[in-house]
Amino acid sequence: MIEFHLDAHSGVPTYLQLVQQVRQAVRLGILRPGDQLPTVKEVVGSLAINPNTVLKAYRELDRERLVEGRRGVGTFVASAPPAPPPDGIKELRTALQRWIERARTAGLEDESIAALVADTLRPPVVSRVA
Amino acid sequence: MNGDIALRADGLGKRYGSKWALRDCTLEIPLGSVTALVGPNGAGKTTLLQLAVGLSTPTQGEIRVLGGSPRHDASGILPRVGFVAQEHPLYRGLTVDETLKLGRKLNPSWDDGVARERIERLALPGTQKVGKLSGGQQAQVALTLALAKRPELLLLDEPVASLDPLARREFLQSVMEVVAETGTTVVLSSHIVADLERACDHLVILNQAQTQLIGPIDEILASHRLLTGPRTDPATVARVHDVVRESHTERQTTLLVRANGHVYDSCWQLHEVDLEEVVLAYLGQRSITTRSFERRREAVTA
Repeated sequence: MIEFHLDAHSGVPTYLQLVQQVRQAVRLGILRPGDQLPTVKEVVGSLAINPNTVLKAYRELDRERLVEGRRGVGTFVASAPPAPPPDGIKELRTALQRWIERARTAGLEDESIAALVADTLRPPVVSRVA
Repeated sequence: MNGDIALRADGLGKRYGSKWALRDCTLEIPLGSVTALVGPNGAGKTTLLQLAVGLSTPTQGEIRVLGGSPRHDASGILPRVGFVAQEHPLYRGLTVDETLKLGRKLNPSWDDGVARERIERLALPGTQKVGKLSGGQQAQVALTLALAKRPELLLLDEPVASLDPLARREFLQSVMEVVAETGTTVVLSSHIVADLERACDHLVILNQAQTQLIGPIDEILASHRLLTGPRTDPATVARVHDVVRESHTERQTTLLVRANGHVYDSCWQLHEVDLEEVVLAYLGQRSITTRSFERRREAVTA
């Protein structure tokens, strides 16, 4: 079992902090296949956060196949956690380096490039004004 | 009538003498949500909650709670609603045990198991006079009274304002445990948003008797950005995004915007905003318009 901690000033959304802590714990072997994650009630009872935030984190981990939810029982570390992404990384990095060069040639500074990437990663916001 | 709405106000207003405490309030609070009702003192938060439990009558408009009117269908609605008023009023001369006994006698749907289990877990001495308990313990007793009704809707008026940081946290932990366990809909009012930011998933900003912003907190955070750049006429930005707040120096312009689509623009530096900044920006606005985000309901399951 692990305990979650929150950094209120990191700027990282709460659910993502939970996701990152589970990933890290699995990577370090603190959590092993079959280990149970704290229940939603346990997490909210210690951190005073919204249960939906915990559910969102667990859903994200489930989507990554790092954990699996068993109905009415709890959430467990997957028996075969996904292997680290194999090849491909090198190619992606090369393509990214080329793109970064183009962005720099276009006159963007590194901060602007980072901001552009962050903004593009985020799903576009659709505002609905009543 | 939509079945997944816990509380609905429609053109709701309350006037005391010549002063409107709440005006033209139209909002929906989804079932299963935990909503922060935020605004400065005197904004109308307590008025709205009192209307919701039938402690006062609307001057105009209508409020529906769990599908019914809290005044015309009081016996059908009120047993399903838990309410903890500001400063958690309790009979200070009664002991904890006597307080629970009173709760049992007054509430037809009282669940003594729930009450006992909570008091035991909090290690509150049954024979102690309530007036002798700490502020945090009194808040927990008041919460216990509300929870023993097994409410479908829990309304908490400034529940943590008078508590020290530890008691504040313990109180919110208790409320969140109940939400995780039962899926109860909760509305908490507060004039400090930082207390509630992580506990709530929906936000309603009330200011000067009117609603200013209503929506799921993650959508609110995802759609608001702070832009800084060289001095510019905000009208150019306002053609695309909603400018919530603007400030200028001779050379620089700072805008807090509610984005419509991607906001990246090489002229502007982009900053994330936290909920408190968003709330303060809206509270500082002169023109008042209500913005509402489409509801996105997430089932709360333990």
